[in-house]
Amino acid sequence: MIEWTGAIVQGVLLGGLYALFAAGLSLIFGVMRLVNIAHGDLIILAAYMGLTTTVMLGVHPFLALLIVMPLMAGLGYALQRGVLNQTLGDDILPPLLVTFGLSVIIQNALLEFYTADPRKLPGGAVETASLDLGGITVGVLPLLTFGIAVAVIAGLQFVFYRTSLGRGFRAVSDNQDIAQLMGLNKAHVFGLAMALALAVVAIAGILLGMRTSFDPAIGGGRLIFGFEAVIIGGLGNLWGTLAGGVILGVAQTLGAKIDPGYQILAGHIAFLIVLAVRPNGLFPRVEH
Amino acid sequence: MPEATLTLSNLDAHYGDFQALYGLDLELAAGEVVAVIGANGAGKTTLMRSISGLLRNRPDAVRYRGQPIGAMRADQVAALGIALVPEGRQLFPSLSVEENLMIGGKVGRAGPWDLGKVYELFPILEERKAQASTSLSGGQQQMVAIGRALMANPDLILFDEISLGLAPVVIRQIYQALPSIVGEGMTAMIVEQDIAQALAMSSRVFCLMEGRIALEGRTEDVTHDQITAAYFGVEA
Amino acid sequence: MSAVVTRSTPASRVAMVLGLVALVVLAAAPWWAGRADMRLMGEIYLYLSLACLWNLMAGYAGLVSVGQQAYVGFGGYMLFALTVFAGLNPVVAILAGGLLAAALSVPIATLIFRLKGAYFAIGTWVVAEVFRLSFAQIQALGGGSGSSLPVAVVKELGAKKAAREANAYWLALGAAVVVLASVYLFLRSRRGLALTAIRDSETAASGLGIDIWRTKLEVYVVTSAFTAIIGGLIFLQKLRISPDAAFSVNDWTAFVIFIVVIGGIGTLEGPIIGTLLFFALREVLADFGTIYLMVLGLVAIVVMLKAPKGVWGLIRERYDLELFPLSYRVKGKE
Repeated sequence: MIEWTGAIVQGVLLGGLYALFAAGLSLIFGVMRLVNIAHGDLIILAAYMGLTTTVMLGVHPFLALLIVMPLMAGLGYALQRGVLNQTLGDDILPPLLVTFGLSVIIQNALLEFYTADPRKLPGGAVETASLDLGGITVGVLPLLTFGIAVAVIAGLQFVFYRTSLGRGFRAVSDNQDIAQLMGLNKAHVFGLAMALALAVVAIAGILLGMRTSFDPAIGGGRLIFGFEAVIIGGLGNLWGTLAGGVILGVAQTLGAKIDPGYQILAGHIAFLIVLAVRPNGLFPRVEH
Repeated sequence: MPEATLTLSNLDAHYGDFQALYGLDLELAAGEVVAVIGANGAGKTTLMRSISGLLRNRPDAVRYRGQPIGAMRADQVAALGIALVPEGRQLFPSLSVEENLMIGGKVGRAGPWDLGKVYELFPILEERKAQASTSLSGGQQQMVAIGRALMANPDLILFDEISLGLAPVVIRQIYQALPSIVGEGMTAMIVEQDIAQALAMSSRVFCLMEGRIALEGRTEDVTHDQITAAYFGVEA
Repeated sequence: MSAVVTRSTPASRVAMVLGLVALVVLAAAPWWAGRADMRLMGEIYLYLSLACLWNLMAGYAGLVSVGQQAYVGFGGYMLFALTVFAGLNPVVAILAGGLLAAALSVPIATLIFRLKGAYFAIGTWVVAEVFRLSFAQIQALGGGSGSSLPVAVVKELGAKKAAREANAYWLALGAAVVVLASVYLFLRSRRGLALTAIRDSETAASGLGIDIWRTKLEVYVVTSAFTAIIGGLIFLQKLRISPDAAFSVNDWTAFVIFIVVIGGIGTLEGPIIGTLLFFALREVLADFGTIYLMVLGLVAIVVMLKAPKGVWGLIRERYDLELFPLSYRVKGKE
C-alpha cells in the first residue's frame, strides 16, 4: 500500500515538470493561437545550453539559469519576429509546418554539435538528497521542481491578469486589429510572449537535465507530454495545466509500477481517456 | 491659413479586386468637427480604416499635420494622436471595463484624459469597472469604447457609427456627452447613418457615395434635398 | 460564339501520353535496371505514395497529421504477424493489413477529431506513440528489438532472388499507380468536389449541405488503409521490422511533409516533383547526415514562407500548366 502511495506522490511531483513543459505551450497558444511543434526540442536545447554553461563556467545548473533564461528569451523574441510572425494567419498549415521544420533543424544541430550520447546536468548534492515524509521517501529535487512549477504558474498568472504586459497579451489575443489601434504593435507583443514562453522553457530544460539524462532525439516526447498536460487540464487554464501535468505524471508512475514498459503508455492512455470522456479537458476556462 | 490636421489626397482603397474608395480628397482644420454620411457600402468604414492605419496606403495619401502617415501601422498612427472608436464597439472581451479603458491609455500620450475624467463623463462605468466588458448593455459598451479612445488623449478622434444598434434614448445620452469631448479642442470626424445627430454636431459635412465624395459643404449651407440626392444618388 | 467548359488542356493530354510511356518503361525496369537502381526506384514509388496520401489529408481535407507513421508501422507489423501467425501469403497479408487499419482508424478518428487544427496534429502523434509502445510490448513480434521476416515467407514472393526483387519492385510501382489514380479520381468525384468546397470555406460548405465531419472521416479512413498497405510494402522490401523503425516520425512523416511542402501542397503534381527533388537532394547530400536534414528543414521553412504553393506552384504560376486536369476551364469556341 505504502508503495502505491509512494508512486502517486512521485507522480504528482513529476507532474510539476510536465506542467513546466506545458506552460509555455499554453501561453503561446493563448496569445497567438500558435502551436509550436519545436517546443520540445527547445526544451532540450535549453538543457544543452545549461550543460555548456555549467561545464564552461563550472557553476551549478541553477546558476546557469541566469545565463540560459535570458538567452532563450532572446532567442524566442528573435524567432518570433524573424520567422514565426510571418506564419500567423487564418491558415494553420504555415505555423505548423514551419515549426516542424524548426524542430528537425534544432534536433540535427544538437546532434551535430553534441553527438547522440546521453548527457546529464551535474546537480550535485541536491540530486540525491531526500526527505522522509511519514514513511514515503521523497527526493529533494522533484520536490523543488514541483515548487518551482507552482511558482512559475503563479507568476505567469500574475503577469497575465495583473500587469500591463498581460493586458496587452489578452487584448491582442481577443482582437489583433483593435489592439493595434490601442498602440500595441502585435509583432512586438507576440515576440514578448514567445520570449516569456522560452524563459519558462529554459527552467523546464534545466530541471529536466538534472533529473534524467537527455539526448537530441527526446524533444518530441517532451512536446507530447506538455501537450497532453494542456489538453487534460483544459485549454486556456494555467492552473488546469498544472492539474493536467499531475494527472499525467501519476498515470505514468502508476503504469511504471505495474511494468516499467507501461510508464509512457499509461500516460498516453490516460490522455486518450480524458479526450474520450471530457473532450474540453477537466478544467476548461470559465469566462469571468 | 493654419496647417491642416488631416489631409487626404487622392486616397484609394482596395479589398482584393474590389475598390472601395476612389481618389478621395479631404482636409480637416484643427479643432474642426466634420460629419461623414452615406449609405451602407459607401466607403465610410473603409475611410476610417485607411486613416487609422488598419488599411495601409501610399505614404502621402494620408497626412497628419503635414506628416505622411498613409503607410504606417495602426499602432504608429495611434502613437501620433489619432484614435478610432470602431464600429460595433469592439471591446476586448477578456478585459474588464477598467482594463479596457487602461489599455486605451497604453500609447502614453499626455493630456487631460485619465480614468478619473472618463468616470466623470460616464459615471456608470466606475460602478461597473470590475465587470467583464461583455456584461454591459450596448450603450454602456459604447461609453467604454469612447472612453477607451479618449484615454489615448488623441488630437484627432474618429467615431464610426456610434449610434448603430442603440436605443434612441441611449443615442441621445451619448451624443449629449460629445460636446464636452470635442470642446477640449479635439478635431473629430463623425461617421453616421443617423444624419440628424451627425449634422447637429458638425460644422461641415461630407457625403460619400460608392467610394466617392458626392457632396461637401458647411452644415448650415447644405439643404435636405441636396443630402437626399447625394445619399441615394438621385436628383431631387 | 459559345463557350465550352473543359478540364483537359493540351498540356494535360501530353502529360497523360508521356505518363503512359514512362509507366511502360518503368514497368520494364527489371530488364534494364541494376539491382541498386531498382531498390532506389522502389523506395521512390513508396515515398511518392505516402506523399500523395498525406497531401490528400493535409492539403485537401485540412487534416494535418504528424502521426501517419502509426499506419506505416501498423501495416508493416501486420505483414509480419499475418504471414507468421496466420500463414497468409505476403501480398494478401499486406492487403488485409490495409483493411484492419481502416477498421482501426474509425474509433481513432472519433477520438482525435475532437482536437482542432494544430492540436489535431499532435494528437495523431500521440496515437502513433501508443502504437509504437504497444507493439514494443508484443514479445511474439520481437518486442522492443523487433524481428526479421522468415525465409519461408520471403520465398513466397518468388523462389529466386531476382524474381523476388522484380516482384517487390512491381508491387511498389503498382501501389504508386493505384494511389495516384485513386487520389486523382477521388478528387474528380462528387466527394472530391465536396472536399475542395470544405477547403475553400467550411462555413459555405456546410451551408451547401456537405457533412464536413463525415467527409473528413472518409478521407482519414481511406488514407489510413492505403498508408498501411504502403507500410506493408516498405517492410516487405526491408525484411526486418522494429518498433523504432516502423513508427519513426522522421522517416515516415518528416520526410513526407518536406516532400509535399517543397513540391507544392494541395496540388497533385506537388508530391511528384517533391519526391524527385527529395531523392535528388538525398543522393547529393546524404553523406552529410545531419547537415542534410538541417538543409531539408531550412528549405521547407523557406518554401513555406516565400512560396507556400511550393515548386509546382511557382511553375504553374509562370506557365499556367496543369498536368492532372482538376480545375474547370472555360474555353471560347467559334
